[in-house]
Amino acid sequence: MLNTTPALEFKSSTFFAPILILYTNDLAAIEQTLHEKINLAPEFFKDSPLIIDLRELNKQNQDLDFTQIIQLLRRVSFFPVGIRGGNENQNKQARALFIPIDTVREQGSSIIIGEPQKPEAVQQPAAQLETVAVKEPSVRPVPIPPVAATATLVTQPIRSGQRIYAAGDLIILSQVSAGAEIMAEGNIHVYNTLRGRALAGVHGNTAARIFCFDLQAELISIAGDYKTSEDLNKQTYNHPVQIYLQNHALIIKEIA
Amino acid sequence: MARIIVVTSGKGGVGKTTTSAAIAMGLAKKGHKTAVIDFDVGLRNLDLILGCERRVVYDFINVINGEASLNQALIRDKNCNLLYILPASQTRDKDALTQEGVGKVLDELSKDFEYIVCDSPAGIEKGANLALYFADDAFVVTNPEISSVRDSDRMLGILSSKSRRAERNEEPIKEYLLLTRYDADRVKLGEMLSLEDVQEILSLELLGIIPESKSVLSASNAGMPVILDEKSEAGQAYADVVARYLGEKLPHRFIDGKQGFLRRLFGGRK
Ligand SMILES: Nc1ncnc2c1ncn2[C@@H]1O[C@H](COP(=O)(O)OP(=O)(O)OP(=O)(O)O)[C@@H](O)[C@H]1O
Ligand SMILES: [Mg+2]
Repeated sequence: MLNTTPALEFKSSTFFAPILILYTNDLAAIEQTLHEKINLAPEFFKDSPLIIDLRELNKQNQDLDFTQIIQLLRRVSFFPVGIRGGNENQNKQARALFIPIDTVREQGSSIIIGEPQKPEAVQQPAAQLETVAVKEPSVRPVPIPPVAATATLVTQPIRSGQRIYAAGDLIILSQVSAGAEIMAEGNIHVYNTLRGRALAGVHGNTAARIFCFDLQAELISIAGDYKTSEDLNKQTYNHPVQIYLQNHALIIKEIA
Repeated sequence: MARIIVVTSGKGGVGKTTTSAAIAMGLAKKGHKTAVIDFDVGLRNLDLILGCERRVVYDFINVINGEASLNQALIRDKNCNLLYILPASQTRDKDALTQEGVGKVLDELSKDFEYIVCDSPAGIEKGANLALYFADDAFVVTNPEISSVRDSDRMLGILSSKSRRAERNEEPIKEYLLLTRYDADRVKLGEMLSLEDVQEILSLELLGIIPESKSVLSASNAGMPVILDEKSEAGQAYADVVARYLGEKLPHRFIDGKQGFLRRLFGGRK
């Protein structure tokens, strides 16, 4: 039989994973904070891949049993897929657990975008989640475009179950249904009702904004900082708004 | 070339089969040669509603597998000689339906039918996806309740992304809304969504509102599509749907429920 189709092929592609930055080695505190975060958006985090960032911890010379943290994360339904900023011992444990080690950061080239957290003396959060793009398998740094160069225009309604991803800005003229998810590396404009989830600046562009005519979203997020519909202010609900980040806080402002 | 209509919903039990039987009969009665296909493999009931269950010899799967010809499997309706039924198999499993097989059957039917109505199974799995894949038009059957509206919305997403028309970048499937089992009294009490509520989420062209009506059950017990019961409101509503689909402009009825005696007499506003 003549068969010329190759058995496999390698392609370079990008996928997204939240990064978990640990500020403490107190497993109980980590678990509690994670549960609080997950309860805010259970579907968002359920079975989500996760990268563990240990730099802050190691800066403070707090040691951590990597095997234990992996067990904890799996128990609360995350899929740890990488470690970075680990020390020699932690990296060794990671390898034993078949968890890849991300060396990008350590070489000084950054694919993370969000600003590094300033460690505060008082009231340190136990853990923080942010979303970044993970480039695989290439490890070249990805420059952050200050403004999206291209825009994607969508004229049809985005229905429940549909996902749209735009490498630049995303402009949508029709409604976005509950259960739909729209994501853009740049800004998101919805000239209609926004009922689904909208995630702007998904590569970490903290300057990205979301604009919509009628805010009824299930979740909004900019560069990984998010709010679920529960946290949305009633005053802006059902109103035309713009949403942007200011000092890591999502600001929702009515467009008069 | 036939026009292929899929009757779909996502959610189960909303009235797809009732609708498929009614509109197929309606189209045939208007003089259009129509075939109606049961895609609900394993759960035959289109043939029951059309009252031909005792004449089933071969089914859709037999035709796909080449075990019977289309002519052998098609059952001509006893009330209208322009209507033909292709029943589903009760004994085979769902995997017997293949895209290639379905495509072949539809191609062959297209040669001498004007309309092909595909009665979709519930869900968003293979059977439902195959029923809509080749469609030109979609009748999205929705009940005035939030879970049904949500599922219809989901189905609309699939219609616009997973159909042959979508894959070939052709003009998209034309989508219509059919609001069925509509109970005006319960809408007034706020127990059910209103037409407005539904349209706020779906915003589709409305083909008709089918009221909740006992005549649907009696018609199906009698093995007769409800559209043949011209006295019943559901029958009239389905007749309107067919007329609107064929291009007639008719005002929508049955939104406000039963017309009171006085109102009917004096022609009230609402
Ligand atoms: N307008 C109506 N008024 C009253 N009863 C109705 C109406 N439409 C449908 N029904 C009833 O609802 C039930 C389900 O209808 P039908 O079988 O047509 O739904 P379906 O969407 O095809 O279901 P499935 O998803 O199981 O295939 C039946 O008992 C039918 O008699
Ligand atoms: Mg059915």
